[in-house]
Amino acid sequence: MHEQTLLEQAQALQDGEVSSVELTQFYLNRIQAHDESLNSFVTVTGAQALAQAEAADRARSAGEAGPLTGVPLAHKDIFCTRGVRTTCGSRMLDNFVSPYDATVVERLQAAGMVMLGKTNMDEFAMGSSNENSYYGPVHNPWDPERVPGGSSGGSAAAVASRLAPAATATDTGGSIRQPATFCGVTGLKPTYGRVSRFGMVAYASSLDQGGMLGVSAEDCAALLGTMAGFDSRDSTSVDHPVPDYQEELKQPVDGLRLGLPKEFFDDRLDARIRASVEEAVAAWEGQGAQLVEISLPNLPLATPAYYVIASAECSSNLARYDGVRYGHRCADPEDLEDLFCRSREEGFGAEVRRRIMIGTYALSAGYREAYYDRARRVRQLIRRDFQQAFEKVDAIVAPVSPVLPFRLGEKTQDPVAMYLIDCYTIPVNLAGLPGLSLPARPVDGLPTGVQLIGNYFDEARLLGLGAAWQRETDWHRQVPPEFA
Amino acid sequence: MDLTAETVRGIAKLARLRPNPDEEQRLIQDLGAILEFFAQLSEAEVDGIEPMAHPLEVDQRMREDEVTEPDRREDYQEIAPDAREGLYRVPAVLDSD
Repeated sequence: MHEQTLLEQAQALQDGEVSSVELTQFYLNRIQAHDESLNSFVTVTGAQALAQAEAADRARSAGEAGPLTGVPLAHKDIFCTRGVRTTCGSRMLDNFVSPYDATVVERLQAAGMVMLGKTNMDEFAMGSSNENSYYGPVHNPWDPERVPGGSSGGSAAAVASRLAPAATATDTGGSIRQPATFCGVTGLKPTYGRVSRFGMVAYASSLDQGGMLGVSAEDCAALLGTMAGFDSRDSTSVDHPVPDYQEELKQPVDGLRLGLPKEFFDDRLDARIRASVEEAVAAWEGQGAQLVEISLPNLPLATPAYYVIASAECSSNLARYDGVRYGHRCADPEDLEDLFCRSREEGFGAEVRRRIMIGTYALSAGYREAYYDRARRVRQLIRRDFQQAFEKVDAIVAPVSPVLPFRLGEKTQDPVAMYLIDCYTIPVNLAGLPGLSLPARPVDGLPTGVQLIGNYFDEARLLGLGAAWQRETDWHRQVPPEFA
Repeated sequence: MDLTAETVRGIAKLARLRPNPDEEQRLIQDLGAILEFFAQLSEAEVDGIEPMAHPLEVDQRMREDEVTEPDRREDYQEIAPDAREGLYRVPAVLDSD
């Protein structure tokens, strides 16, 4: 059953081959059998999942089922779930039970989907290896000695090992696409503003965007259709029509112009990953796409600009954790100042504190112009580079990560080296564009991936290119041997 | 870039954090390396370029000034570390004498 895509399972439910209760119990059993070694879940919501599954089965008998009714999925533990704790991978929120649901959670639940649990992640989504979680690192299902990527490492590992048919995730600088590539699954970061951020714990608000990880591009299309759309509760949500992604992605590849930016194929890129990406490019060319060499000259400045902006926004967003209204409070505070400082020092992990510190510095009097304002100007240049490129091409092809999944502990001592891993995903967040990560030919048994970048609201085109490549290949169908 | 312990302490105070002496040393090193990495930005030619806020240049939306949320004070205070009679409790802010 777990070899199936989410849409195949939806079809099986519709055809009465399986009930939602059976499907849900099947995944709960897989989680119980396998997750001890992976650590991809922070919370498993067995009882609630079965209750939701029963309700889904009842809805189906009553003829009230929608296309996704009864299909299980997992939520990244950054999405607020009423009555189920939302930790965001942090000691600060270890005891936090949200009084409301995130819009994403609400919409998927309204579509009849069943929540299996909440997945592990880098604390407050800050990290590229899932080693920054208060709940311990997640292991890569292809090699337990290696990281699954981050920050949505739990969601990616859970989908790769088929402990869930799909999972929600978020992407501020690559946190959907990079773990997707490290774990060999498909991941979409939609256009900024496409999916509501309401109830999604904030890290860097001008960059954060919710999306999903799934087996196939078609699965992602089905989920996006449910998750996307305007939400008055998110002031940066964009009021733009939501197309029928599953229908739109059938458009032919023939005649599309694909841009290859030279800055993405530089000497930082592992030659073996380059070969996998080129294989995907050749496949699209074989389907009639036209290749165009392009340049995004300001790209080399993206990573430093990103870390200035993200850290600045993080320092401001995380000021809300004060040990007063919710979250961790230190024992026996001497006075109010002591309560604030010790609660925060104890509640946040090392990387989160580092980013709060750097962001506070970058926003402090005398430095704001040199760091924050300058970084936002560079951001404008990067956005312009992309806009000029999209006058010549319909989509851009790039690698996702310059490196293969690395070993646990390999990069934890050098924060800047860790930041540079996201050099191919960060520019997309700065510009606010959609990006899709697709599994490509593995290297030495480790997954690799190819990234498609589209113009604003062009998710359907990316998903269409992804589906076309996935009809010719089966990399996305591969399950790590231990979980087959 | 060289940061002094005094600077790091000053930032920690602003951020309401309280690093111990070992961590302070570590932060001097790490923040210094990160700021050095940020220094590349000074190469950018940004004269006359507007700082970017929202990727789609959407302005902050306004809405009608109407009540949209029900009163759920109890739900919200149930998760507080220390709330009593509808109030959040913290150590005394003013001296009693």
